Amino acid sequence: MIFDEYKPLENKLFRIIDNDGKVINPSYYPNISDDTLLKAYKSLLFARTADTMAVSFQRQGRMYTYPPNYGQEAISVAAGLLMRSDDWLVPAFREMAAWLAKGATLKEMFMYFMGYEEGNVFRNANHMLPISVPIASQLLHAVGIGYEINYNKKDEVVFAFVGDGGTSTGDFNEALNFAAVWKTPVIFIVQNNQYAISVPFKKQSAAMNIAVKSVAFGMPGVKVDGNDFFAMYAALKEAHEYAKSGKGPVLIEALTYRMGAHTTSDDPLKYRTKEEEEVWAKTDPKKRLKQYLIDHNLWKEDEDQLVLQYKKEIERQFEEAENYKPYELDDVFKFMYTDMPDDLKRQKVEYENFLAWKEARK
Amino acid sequence: MSVMTLVQAINNALDIKLADDRNVVVYGEDVGFEGGVFRVTEGLQQKYGENRVFDSPLAEAAIAGTAVGMAIAGLRPIIEMQFDGFSYPALNQIISHAARIHNRTRGRYKTPIVIRIPYGGGINALEHHSESPEAIYGHIPGLKVVIPSTPHDAKGLLIASIESDDTVIFMEPKRIYRAIKQEVSDEKFSIPIGKAKVISEGTDVTVVAFGAMIRECQKALVMAKEAGISAELIDLRTIYPIDRETIAKSIQKTGRIVIVSEAPSSFGVGAELMAIANEEAFLHLEAPPKRVSGFDTIVPLPKGEHFYLQTPEKIFYEIERTVKF
Repeated sequence: MIFDEYKPLENKLFRIIDNDGKVINPSYYPNISDDTLLKAYKSLLFARTADTMAVSFQRQGRMYTYPPNYGQEAISVAAGLLMRSDDWLVPAFREMAAWLAKGATLKEMFMYFMGYEEGNVFRNANHMLPISVPIASQLLHAVGIGYEINYNKKDEVVFAFVGDGGTSTGDFNEALNFAAVWKTPVIFIVQNNQYAISVPFKKQSAAMNIAVKSVAFGMPGVKVDGNDFFAMYAALKEAHEYAKSGKGPVLIEALTYRMGAHTTSDDPLKYRTKEEEEVWAKTDPKKRLKQYLIDHNLWKEDEDQLVLQYKKEIERQFEEAENYKPYELDDVFKFMYTDMPDDLKRQKVEYENFLAWKEARK
Repeated sequence: MSVMTLVQAINNALDIKLADDRNVVVYGEDVGFEGGVFRVTEGLQQKYGENRVFDSPLAEAAIAGTAVGMAIAGLRPIIEMQFDGFSYPALNQIISHAARIHNRTRGRYKTPIVIRIPYGGGINALEHHSESPEAIYGHIPGLKVVIPSTPHDAKGLLIASIESDDTVIFMEPKRIYRAIKQEVSDEKFSIPIGKAKVISEGTDVTVVAFGAMIRECQKALVMAKEAGISAELIDLRTIYPIDRETIAKSIQKTGRIVIVSEAPSSFGVGAELMAIANEEAFLHLEAPPKRVSGFDTIVPLPKGEHFYLQTPEKIFYEIERTVKF
């Protein structure tokens, strides 16, 4: 068992392949079909293509602030493969491949970053919560959902995401504590991408790693190479089995690197060096998985051609988002309550009167 | 009918809804085994089991945050903040999520949560145990804020709050938890959220209050009557959505309004009621609207609390000044 052998207190890092895609830990190599591996790589490639395009759409002024996933995709790809339809996805905001695997569309994602609430609903993604902006606050929702799963004796599991900065919050610590006491089936996935905007992890915590925090709360935890798709898949699979069997929550620290900016409003070279970025570039999850596929004679497609095809699809969804219906005044009001209070009705009418006056002045 | 205190009426409402709806769960600090520090949930764990009525670890933000998750997944959690002044760690979850999930997800997920908060002063307690934060919650879009003043209202309003699909902040005037006994129906009944109640009619001045202040106002009205003043007393019952119509109609009749609350004066519910008086009854006003409320200070500890609390005498003093203006 990974969680027994890779003890966080010993600061062990769980890996299966090295930076060149060579299997270095064969005893933990997961039971995974060639088709699934190809699916994983394509999902990663699609997410990276969409991510790169999202940044350029933002640069063209066609979309507002966007948080790139670049470099962290293997974590979400692995989670996406393991989540069943009834499992819950509680996102932070940097795990696009998992959203897409759950049934969210890029059109919706683009709409959200263009400024439509509708884009954060992900109606066809069963059991998916909206993107959560207040850091780590969503983890408590994951625990509450976990309580309901136990209460109704279901075998669902909650996949809950947070970043390294989030581990400093009260909500993170309270969520882990409540989850452990209540034995809720929640997999806490910390994407430790080394930076909370500009603040490096060493200024975030004096702990030897994040996985070690599981020990005090009384739950299993493990530090995983988050850029190693195989390690993430194996660790998440074991966590999934554990949570499903009613034993309670699990903490996974996924060690990764945010190769892009925090958001399109950020310039990482203000707080880190090119040299550091180059060191981490060697761990790129895409490059490593691709190398594995090539070495095992599994990759037979023309990647450039595939990317071209993806780009067309992404462009199509982006244009659909751009052509979404105009925002209406009613959209501001109608979902604030399940039954609209008179005050809101009055405020809306007052604004409509203003609009009518404005129209008449033309 | 049974004679009930406010505590018993709330317990009875919880009992009825726990029996009525399997999705209702009740939790918070000391809420389960002990039945809460005020014994409001007494006997419910024994009756409904530990998975429906339970003690949570001690963390208000987590109590509120897990309730958001439970509600999204289909439960109807009723949570307790042990005291008014302890509810602030939960504000992020309440303001950023409980109040917004329905709007954020365009109606896909609902948050039918009731957050019970014993509130208010007059109980000779430590700091953080005597506060009246209704305006904080009333100011948050997406929340409903309900405050009963009698056992009957507490039962009917709590049942309506539990059945509401929106998050309701249900503030319980702890000072009168056991001070008032009243005949209350044993049956299930509800009182609509958002409707104020005219307790007694009058023609000279409108007195608006809620929670524990209603009883103080009733005593002040006896003094007013002796002084020949006909005062109309309105129990707000709901802070938000506020019953603009009932308030407006009354001020249009009396031309005067005195608002009584336990909270700090500035930016409070009183200020909102004065705005309503101006917006809806400007030409009817015979005197400036008056707030009778706490100072903009911390509630003093027990030896100084008498300066801060509203008494019938002080309320009468302001009623008389307003009428004689």
